[in-house]
Amino acid sequence: MLRRKLVSSLFVGFCGAAVILALIPLAMILFFVVSQGIRALNVDFFTHMPTPVGEPGGGMANSIVGTLILTALGSLMAIPIGVLSGVYMSEYAGTRFASAIRFAADTLNGVPSIVIGVFTYGIAVLPFKQFSALAGGIALGIMMIPIIARTTEELLLLVPGTMREGALALGATRARAVFTVVLPAAAPGIVTGIVLALARIAGETAPLLFTSFNNRFFSTNVTQPISSLTVQVFTYAISPYEDWHRQAWAGALVLVGIVFVCSLLARFATRKMSGFTRS
Amino acid sequence: MLLTATLSPTVSVAADAKATHAEPPKIDVSHVNFYYGAHRVLHDISLQIQPNQVTAFIGPSGCGKSTFLRSLNRMNDIVPGARVEGRVLVDGADIYAPSVDVVALRRKVGMVFQKSNPFPKSIFENVAYGLRINRMTGSKDELRGRVEASLKSAALWDEVKDRLHASALALSGGQQQRLCIARALAIEPEILLMDEPASALDPIATQRIEELIYQLKSRYTIVIVTHNMQQAARVSDTTAFFWLGKLVEYGRTDRIFTAPTEKLTEDYVTGRFG
Repeated sequence: MLRRKLVSSLFVGFCGAAVILALIPLAMILFFVVSQGIRALNVDFFTHMPTPVGEPGGGMANSIVGTLILTALGSLMAIPIGVLSGVYMSEYAGTRFASAIRFAADTLNGVPSIVIGVFTYGIAVLPFKQFSALAGGIALGIMMIPIIARTTEELLLLVPGTMREGALALGATRARAVFTVVLPAAAPGIVTGIVLALARIAGETAPLLFTSFNNRFFSTNVTQPISSLTVQVFTYAISPYEDWHRQAWAGALVLVGIVFVCSLLARFATRKMSGFTRS
Repeated sequence: MLLTATLSPTVSVAADAKATHAEPPKIDVSHVNFYYGAHRVLHDISLQIQPNQVTAFIGPSGCGKSTFLRSLNRMNDIVPGARVEGRVLVDGADIYAPSVDVVALRRKVGMVFQKSNPFPKSIFENVAYGLRINRMTGSKDELRGRVEASLKSAALWDEVKDRLHASALALSGGQQQRLCIARALAIEPEILLMDEPASALDPIATQRIEELIYQLKSRYTIVIVTHNMQQAARVSDTTAFFWLGKLVEYGRTDRIFTAPTEKLTEDYVTGRFG
């Protein structure tokens, strides 16, 4: 009896210790990013362009807008393809082709992001001899597709079959039932998955190095190279200048902020919509 | 024998036969066999269902009554490996003929399920769903009118008229089931199939559903699967008793419950097994 209790509390203790160990890096990252980044973070950082070396002040307005444009381009490509692939996998679950797609999605999910960057360089940069925001968006989109597809599939499979039957019994075709009943029922979860995928790719550097490259100027032209927070932070962080290091910390803080806001949005969207889906 | 007390004990088999030949049957099933893969679920079922009557299917779990019900509007089509042999006529037309439009069939033969399955939409949108996808209403006013009429038919209107745009999932279990009935009625089916519509409801909600069935039968042909024998005795005009995938006995409800010809039926309706 005593031994059982002892083993049990030991085990709970180990679990608690593991949780703390897992949280330590997160706490330290947040601590360093915030304490270092906050020093260079001001309104100018969001509204001003980078200044030449040695000139104090300046900001990353172009990189912030660039990151937003790149993630928007990636989503534009990945959301329709990802959601529709997810629908296919759940509708034809059990068929050989669906299993093949699932395996392909999982493999693609595991491909290192630098490889996706090089691949996109080959298909979207080399032929046009031009780095571009569009190429960067494609690289990010390729990374998002498998995440969205798998999330969509898993959430669709959770929708009770009775709901689909209800639609069919009212004279809906199979496609109609999926798009008017099953997919909306799973929508809150799918939106959460999409936002989390967004947060994930917003922090990617490697796929952008050979695709959207970087741009010292403010640009919204998708056929031109575009700056992004991640590449800018990378450039500044490896530079020898103290000023740029401070800017890089601030950029990192903004990035963490964007990811944080995305996660909050995902939670909010889930809660807001789940009022209509779960009783 | 609480239930037999309310029933007339003097119906003979001959009266049965006469009743079933009064009008052409709404549903005419002959020699239906049903398979899930290699497993045979229904054995040579033949029966005729009369219009504007309530027909109850009773029998122990797994006897095939739900499967049979679902074969009447081809809901089994979506089950992988399901196969039907034999002939099912609705209004004289074979519903398994290759030329049949399943969507049109399901509009004509509506269905209410065991577990209420409202869509995660508003009350209004649930009822409007069938009307919208079948493009049955021209104007918004017409749509509103049809939704209201359907909710009234399902005896739900007074309870929800002030919150039509609230989520259907906020309704109670009994209300949700009546909403599903309203949704099925909105597209004006001629036949309503009900698969244990009250099995998950409390006695009061069950009573409301039964009253509703009674009111609806003047306008619809109703087929109901039920585990509850008192319910079958209360709501139905004719009863079919299924056992191990076979139709054991079929006839007027009062006779099935008071003077069954088969020993098996008698044992089942008197609660000796099942």
